[in-house]
This record gives sequence, structure tokens and C-alpha cells, in this order.
Amino acid sequence: MDFSFTEEQSMLRDTVASYLADHYSFEQRRDALKAEPGWRPNVWKAFAEELGILGAPFAEDLGGLGGGSTENMVIMEELGKALVVEPYLGTVVIGGGFLKHSGYAGASDLIGGVIGGETIIAFAYAEPQGRYTWQDLKTTARKDGSGYVINGHKAVVIGAPYATHLIVTARTGGGQRDEGGVSVFIVPKTAPGVTTRDYPTVDGFRASEVTFENVSVGADALIGQEGGGLPLVEKVIDEATVATCAEACGVFRKLHEGTLEYTKQRKQFGQPISQFQVLQHRMVDMFINLEQSISMTYMANIKLADSDIERAKGASAAKVQIGKAAKFIGQNAIQLHGGMGMTDEMAIGHYFKRATMIESAFGSVDHHLARYETLSLGKAA
Amino acid sequence: MNLDFSPEDAAFREEARTFIAQNYPKELREKQNRGEELGKEDYLSWHRILAKKGWSTPSWPVEFGGTGWTPTQKYIWSEEQARADTIGILPFGVSMLAPVIYTFGTQEQKEKFLPGIRDGLVWWCQGYSEPGAGSDLASLKTKAERVTGDDGKEYYIVNGQKTWTTLGQHADWGFFLVRTDPDAKPQAGISFLLIDMKTPGIEVRRITTLEGGHEVNDVFLDNVKVPVENRIFHENQGWTCAKALLAHERSGIAGVARSKRGLEKVREIAKTENSDTGGPLLADPFFKRKVAELEIDLTALEFTELRTLAGESSGKGPGPESSILKIKGTEIQQRLNELALEAVGHYGAPYLRDLGHNANIGPDYAEGLAGAYFNGRKTSIYGGSNEIQRNIIAKAVLGL
Repeated sequence: MDFSFTEEQSMLRDTVASYLADHYSFEQRRDALKAEPGWRPNVWKAFAEELGILGAPFAEDLGGLGGGSTENMVIMEELGKALVVEPYLGTVVIGGGFLKHSGYAGASDLIGGVIGGETIIAFAYAEPQGRYTWQDLKTTARKDGSGYVINGHKAVVIGAPYATHLIVTARTGGGQRDEGGVSVFIVPKTAPGVTTRDYPTVDGFRASEVTFENVSVGADALIGQEGGGLPLVEKVIDEATVATCAEACGVFRKLHEGTLEYTKQRKQFGQPISQFQVLQHRMVDMFINLEQSISMTYMANIKLADSDIERAKGASAAKVQIGKAAKFIGQNAIQLHGGMGMTDEMAIGHYFKRATMIESAFGSVDHHLARYETLSLGKAA
Repeated sequence: MNLDFSPEDAAFREEARTFIAQNYPKELREKQNRGEELGKEDYLSWHRILAKKGWSTPSWPVEFGGTGWTPTQKYIWSEEQARADTIGILPFGVSMLAPVIYTFGTQEQKEKFLPGIRDGLVWWCQGYSEPGAGSDLASLKTKAERVTGDDGKEYYIVNGQKTWTTLGQHADWGFFLVRTDPDAKPQAGISFLLIDMKTPGIEVRRITTLEGGHEVNDVFLDNVKVPVENRIFHENQGWTCAKALLAHERSGIAGVARSKRGLEKVREIAKTENSDTGGPLLADPFFKRKVAELEIDLTALEFTELRTLAGESSGKGPGPESSILKIKGTEIQQRLNELALEAVGHYGAPYLRDLGHNANIGPDYAEGLAGAYFNGRKTSIYGGSNEIQRNIIAKAVLGL
């Protein structure tokens, strides 16, 4: 049994942390989010060229660093600490995941583009009616000659404004909520018929409503099997969920640390408020939540390599812990900062907002509890 | 012990409902429906309509403009307002300052200030908290030194900084706690001053809150000259006024009727949204249980408030028990915000404040729910944080 990181993984963490310390202060981030385009292509370029992290989970013969989900976890935690909005999750974890797992013919070229920083991917999976049921799809891909014609509306596609490519789920058969008939396509964002309505999100990202109107794609746009894409989607979303849990651990660490610091320096009734036992216990409970979240993220990361059912159970269990912790740690961080926690000028509120959005990312606590129940007890239970 | 409404109560409910239906400003309703931030005139328009009817200050003593309603009528009135989703009357003048003035003020002060509060002509703000004095309010440092002016009259010269002044950007007047005796024990050297916000030396500076709104402000006071006759009650005894005000602030804070309306909104959203299994979210066993639990907690709060109201009608003012109302009331409001945000799933994420209205992104009811959740975290902090409320109960009720 070993929970330690390799020397390479520790170096990777240090490299990312020291770059972000220099280039991703709270003020630098704030200024970038306020301006257009709302993210920093030069930071992305540095991720690709200076740090080389966009190749972290890819095989060396593809130009990557030869790592896997643990490298994603290490990087995502550091990105969480700095509230990074650049699209590592969408491009490397999700985009990379689809390309790696599907045996997709064009994968090596696209992965080359991802590693080099030129190819940026956003995942268009959610639909207005579908909540967290990924196969609930109104978007269709109709067979047309050797290719397909895609029609539909995808909701809140995080990172779409920055993307060069969209990975989109669509129905090639079956009814709206059937498990069969789900297919996955990769489409250049510039394809005729793709329109995006861009907007910021409450936690500082940019997202789009994406509409596909008679978008013609070739047979080579299909990732994985026609109609058999759901298991692949489930696998990649589980990986994305675990990566998001790792990001959350970074966010939680900052919320906890920031609260300790603040309560030590804030004096009321003639003493630092950190001396009040009721607040000490609260900070201890925040700490316990943080530690449990880290444990569950490690657990789920290990289970990513296991069978489909163990992988899914691991991801859902971790997300339940992270969702609950996001609420507890986030709300109490604000509470213990008092009025200062309510201001836009302090970083703590921005971590709270990210934690809140993580709560429902890839499914709420209720969603993952129900999924876990079904996976562990069976549908009949 | 009974909960019956008399025929008079039923008639009163009908009167209240009709009055709101016939008199609530249409423009205000439209702005609310669009989720627009309300301006000064918006807030005051409904207040002035109520003042004309004589209903702007139901809880005041009749001699100053109160309605003389029974607790049941007050309860019906707050229910009807919530049912119609009217905006609330701002509490700063009507519920916070006025009781201090009619309890501790001189005859001239009552005559000078109460009508403007009642009729919605003067906008009041609160100058209590300071950067270094929040939960420990009595440690406040803004100082007021007494001088004789060139005109031979007595003045205070006020210097310092106040913060978290809600809607101070609109204020005509403010009520301030200031230190008049730096050598006395903290609570003993404080005075309660009314200050005209147009006085030279006052600067109101915006604080942007985490959801992006402008609700609170810093107020800087630089050699602000205040006539001594604007002091309420005795010099150095302002803490007595402050405490009375805080008790009134707490008792109004339960917000039962508003939370009932909030619960109704959550139900409406959850009827429209889909659950993971395809039916309405409100049929989802996890979600509907949370709604049920919240409704039960709200009932417990409602009956605790009714018991408090009944106590008040028998002559007891709001006591330290009102801390229970503050704690439970704010916790319920916050859980309602959580539940509404949870209900809308993906569409909690878009930030549409700068895109203008009718952005057509997601369902209309989803707009602003994340902002309301973020902003709502203030309720367990302001008016004496919920930790402080528990201290009050421990000391003043349990005698610990």
C-alpha cells in the first residue's frame, strides 16, 4: 500500500505551483476575468510550452509525459488552489479521455494539438431537460450518406467560448432516455451551423449555449461506436468527476487556510476570534471535511483503473463527500470571515463561489447518492 | 388555546388582499418580475401608498401612527404581503430607528422625525458596525467631541468610519453609534446620534458584494458637525438605545411569511424541472423530502414567532428569545436559497447580471438564484451573527 507521489509527480506539482504563484495571483486573475476574452491564452501557451503539462496524461510516443489520472489529479489540485479558469479539464481530462479510450482514428493528431496548446476542447453534453442523466438527449445525429447531420441545443457548455473543438453527445437511435443509441462526435467549433451564445458563469468561467442546426460532419467525426457511446461517456465523466474532486481539494485547502489565517488576526472582545472554542470546533470540522475529501479523491483515483462498476461507485462516492464538504467548508469560511467574507474584494468569496459550482458539477450529492445506491444495491433494491 | 380566525379577521384578510391587488404599483411589479435591481423611488413608492392608507407602521403605538391591529391582524397582513410578493418596507426607519425614538426620544424629536419615517419621505441608514467593531460592537471607535460652535450652539464633531451600511447610497439621514467618553467602560461611553447625510465631511463608498451587487457601503466621517439636539437619550447612554434597537431588528428577521412564499417558489420550480428519472423534480424522493423537512422547520419557526407575538400583546417587549427567531429564520432562508439553486441544476451557473434582461439563457426563474444564495450568506452574519445570538441565549435566557 502506498499513497505517496513519485518524484516526477512531486516535481510536476511544484512546477505548476510555482508558475501559478508568479502568474496567477488573485489580482491577476481578477483583471483577466474582467477583460475580454475572459481567459489568458498566454497562460495556456505557457502550460503547453513552458510547463509541458498539457501532455501530462498522454503516452510518450504521442509526445506526452507518460502519466495518467494521478498526474491529472496533481495538476487539478494546484489549478483549484489558484482558481484557474483555463480549460485543462475540458481539453486534457475530458477531450484527452475520449481520444485515449475510444481508439479514435484521428486521436494522435488531435492529441498532438492538445499537447501543443493549439487544440482546445469543450464538452457539450448537458441539455436543458436532462439534468444529470447523460443519455437524456434531444440532440440528434441523423445518418446522411457516410456522415451525419447534427441538430440540437446543449446547455451551459463550460469553456466553449475558448474552444476550437466541441465534443458532443447526440442520439443516433433509440428514444430520448434510452441507454442505447448514444453517439459521441467531435466537431470543429467553426463548422457551419454551430452557433454559440457566450456568457460568464458565477464562478468566473465562460460558457455557452451551443446550438447545432443541420451541422454536417463526416464519418470521421464519430468517436467510438455509433449508438454505443454511453459507456464511454460514463467513463470519461467519471474521470472528469474525480479530476473535479481533486480541484475541489485545492479549493478547500485555500478556504480552510484562509479562514485559519483570518481568525488568528481578527480581534474582537480583546482577543483573536480563533481563541473562541465554538469557532475552533468549526474549523476542526472544516479540517475533517477537507481530510475526508482528500481521502475519497485518492480512493476514487485508484478505482478509475478498476472495473466499470467499481470505477463508477468510486467516483460517485467521492463526489458525494466533495459535494457535502463544498457546502460545509464554503459556508463556514464565509461565516467565520463575517462581513469581510461577503465582499468581492477578498479572495475567500471567490473560492466559495467555485466550491458552490463544484457541488453540482457532473451531478449533485443527490444524483451521486442515487447512482451509488443503484450500483451497490442493484436496481431492484 | 386556539388558532381560529374570527369573522372580523377574515374580513380584514379580504380587505388587505383587495387593497394590495388594487394599489400595488404596476411598474414595481414588472421590475420585480424582471429581477431588476430596485432604485430609491421603487422602494419608497409602495411605502408611500401604504402611508396614505395609514398602514405603513402597523407595529407602532397608535399615538404615533400605528394601526392598533391585534397580533393576529399583523400576522394576516404579513401573510398577505408575502402572498402577493410585495416588496417589504425598509426596516431602517420603520422597525429599527422609530422604536428608539418613540421610546427614548424627546417630544420634539418624536415630532420632527417620526412623520418622515412613517410617510416614507426620509430614507434612513444604520451606522453601527466599524471595521474593528463587528460582533464586538461596543468596541466602536468613531468619536464625537462636544464643542461650542461660532453660533453659540452645542455640537458634536464626529470622526471615524462605519461599514456594512445597507443601502446607505440612498440615505437622507443615518443613525449612528459614536463614542462620547473614551475613558469610560466600552458600553458606557457611547451615544446615539442622528446625522443628516448631506452634512459636509460624510463620504459613502460602495462595497461590492460577492454576487456583484451594490447593497452595502463604507461611510467615512471627517469632522462632521452634528447639533447636540440630534442625540437620542442621554449622552453616554446610547448603548441602551442600541440594545433595544437590536432586539427589534431580530424580531423582524424571522421572515416567516416571506419564507412561505420562498417555499412556494421552490415548489413551482421543482414542478417544472425534471428529475434524473424523468418525472418532475418535486416527485423525486430526495428532493421532496428536503422540501417537506424545510416546511416542518418553517412551521416550528412560525409557531415560535406566534408565541412571541402573543407575549408581546400581553405587554412583554421582544426579549432575548427573539434570538431564536433570528437564528432559525435566517437558517431557513439560507436553506431555501440552497434548494432553489439545487433545483435548477446546470442553469445555476450563468452570470447574467451584465447581459441585461431577457438574455434568454435558461429558464427565467433560474436567473439570479446563485446570486441570491451567495448574497443570502449575509443573513447569518448581520444583525448580530448567529454565533452572537447563541451567546445571547446562553447568557440572557439560560443564565450560563
